[in-house]
Amino acid sequence: MFAIYHKEINAFFNSLIGYLVIAVFLTFVGLYMWVFAGSNVLDVGFANMETLFAFGPVAFLFLIPAITMRTFAEERKDGTIELLLTRPVSDWQIIFGKYLASLTLVIFALLPTLVYYVSLYFLGSPEGNIDSAGVFSSYIGLALLGAVFTAVGVFSSSISPNQIVAFIVAVLLCYFLYDGFARIALLDFSSGIAAFIASLGLDYHYNALGKGLVDSRDVFYFLSLIFIMLLTTHLVLGSRKW
Amino acid sequence: MSVIVENLTKIYGTQKAVDRISFEAKKGEILGFLGPNGAGKSTTMKIATGYIPPSSGTVLVEGCDVAAKPIQVQHNIGYLPEHNPLYLDMYVYEYLEFIGSLHRLKGKLLRNRVQEMVQLVGLSKEQNKKIGMLSKGYRQRVGLAQALVHDPPVLILDEPTTGLDPNQIVEIRNVIRDISSNKTVLFSTHIMQEVQALCDRVIIINLGKIVANSDVQGLKQMNKKETVVVVEFDREVDHEVFNFIEGIVSVEKKGGNSYKFVSRDKDVRPDIFRIASENAWTLIGLKQEESSLESVFNLLTKNE
Repeated sequence: MFAIYHKEINAFFNSLIGYLVIAVFLTFVGLYMWVFAGSNVLDVGFANMETLFAFGPVAFLFLIPAITMRTFAEERKDGTIELLLTRPVSDWQIIFGKYLASLTLVIFALLPTLVYYVSLYFLGSPEGNIDSAGVFSSYIGLALLGAVFTAVGVFSSSISPNQIVAFIVAVLLCYFLYDGFARIALLDFSSGIAAFIASLGLDYHYNALGKGLVDSRDVFYFLSLIFIMLLTTHLVLGSRKW
Repeated sequence: MSVIVENLTKIYGTQKAVDRISFEAKKGEILGFLGPNGAGKSTTMKIATGYIPPSSGTVLVEGCDVAAKPIQVQHNIGYLPEHNPLYLDMYVYEYLEFIGSLHRLKGKLLRNRVQEMVQLVGLSKEQNKKIGMLSKGYRQRVGLAQALVHDPPVLILDEPTTGLDPNQIVEIRNVIRDISSNKTVLFSTHIMQEVQALCDRVIIINLGKIVANSDVQGLKQMNKKETVVVVEFDREVDHEVFNFIEGIVSVEKKGGNSYKFVSRDKDVRPDIFRIASENAWTLIGLKQEESSLESVFNLLTKNE
C-alpha cells in the first residue's frame, strides 16, 4: 500500500496538480476571508472563522473531484490498471493507497489556513478572544467533509475511464450528499420525516461539529460514508471478475 | 512443472474465449503461444496472472493455484501486458523502483535490481528520462525490465515485440533468450519467425482451442503430406503429360513458363527431370518449396 501511496503523492507533487490545488484553495478562501467586502473578517468585526468554514465546503466541492478524478480513470484509460492488479497487492491496498494520497493533498491544502486562526487569536480584542473549541471542532468537521468528498471522488473515478465523467459525477454526488438531503427535507411531501431526511445530509453533521462539540455520532456518520464509498469502489474494481 | 494449465475455460457472455485448454511449461523452456487475433491468447495470460478469474479449470504457477492464492502467484510472475501500459510521466528508474516496491523489494536491494535491469535491457542512457520521452523500442525495454525486476521464476509476455522495427525485435528477442535459462517463459505472438527464432515449443490456439502443441520441427512436419515443387522451363510446354507421374496431385501453370506441381507422399523431382529430358524441354529452374510455419499456421487456424 505504501508503494502506491508514495507513487500517487509523487504524481501530485512532481506535476503542477498538487501545487495548483493548494494555491487555488488558499487563494479562494483567503480572498473571502480577508479581502472581499461583505465576508471579510475585518469588516464583519467578529473574531471567528465562519467564512472559512462556510466557503471551505464549496471550494472542496470542485477541488477534490479535480484531485481524485485521475486516480482510477487514468489507470483504466492507459491500461496501467492491469499492471497494478497483476502485482502482489490486493485491491484494498490499491484503493487505500490512492485514497490516502488524495486525502493527504486535501489536508495539505487545509493546513496553511491554521495561520488564520493564529492571526485572529491576536487580532481579537482582548487578545485570544476567539472560540478555540468551535474553531477546532470545525476543522475536524471540514477535514472529515474533505475525507468524504475524497472517497466519493475515488469512487467516481473508478466507474469510468473518462476523467471528465469522473469529475462531473463526483461533483454531483458530493453536492447531493452535502446539500441534497436538506433540500429534499424542505419539500412538501416530506414534512413528517423532514428532520430524519435532513439528518442524512453531510451539512447537518458538518454544522453540528461546527458548534464546538465533537459528537461521536457525527464522526461515525462521516466514517461510515467513507467506508461505504470505498466499499463500492472495491466492488467496482472487483467487477472485472464477474 | 512451473506452469500447469488444466481444462481452462473462459466464457464472456455466450462466447467461449478459451475452451478447455490444457498445457504445461517447464523451467528453462520458452513456450510460444501462437494464434490469430482473438484466439484467446491474451485471455489465457490474463487468467494466469490473476487479472481475471477463469470460468472453470485451473492454472498452477510454481505449484500454487491462481484462483486460490493470487498474491502468491503474482509474486512468482513477471508480466508484460499487451500494449505495454506504462506511466508516461514517470522516470524510467522511478517506474522500475515503483514496480519493484510493489513486489516488496526495498532499499539497497531494490536499487541494485533496478540498475541490473537497466543494464540488462540496455537502458543505461535513458534511465533518467521520462518514459513518455522514449521511443517505442525503449518503452518496450522498460516493459520488459519491469517484468523482470523482482527476478520471477515465470515470465509471461503478451506480444512483447509488436510494433517494433526489425532491429529492435532482434534485440528484445536476445534479451528474452538471455534471461530464459533458469526461467519459464510464456510469450504470445502472431509472428511466425519469432517462434522459429526463439521458442523451444509452440502452442497454436484457435477459437479458444489448442490445435497444436509441439516443438518447432514437429510443427513443420505437420504439413509434410503435400509438397510443392515449382518448375521453370525456357518455353511453354504441354504440362498435361506430367499428370501421369505417380504421386502427382495437380499441375498448373503459374505464369511465365513456371508450373506448380503438388505431390503427395513422394518426391517427384526425378520424374519431372526425366520427362523433361525425354521431351527435350530445357529445365531452367526446379525448386521444392520448404513447408513453412506460415503454411502450417494457415492450415491449423483456417476458420471456415
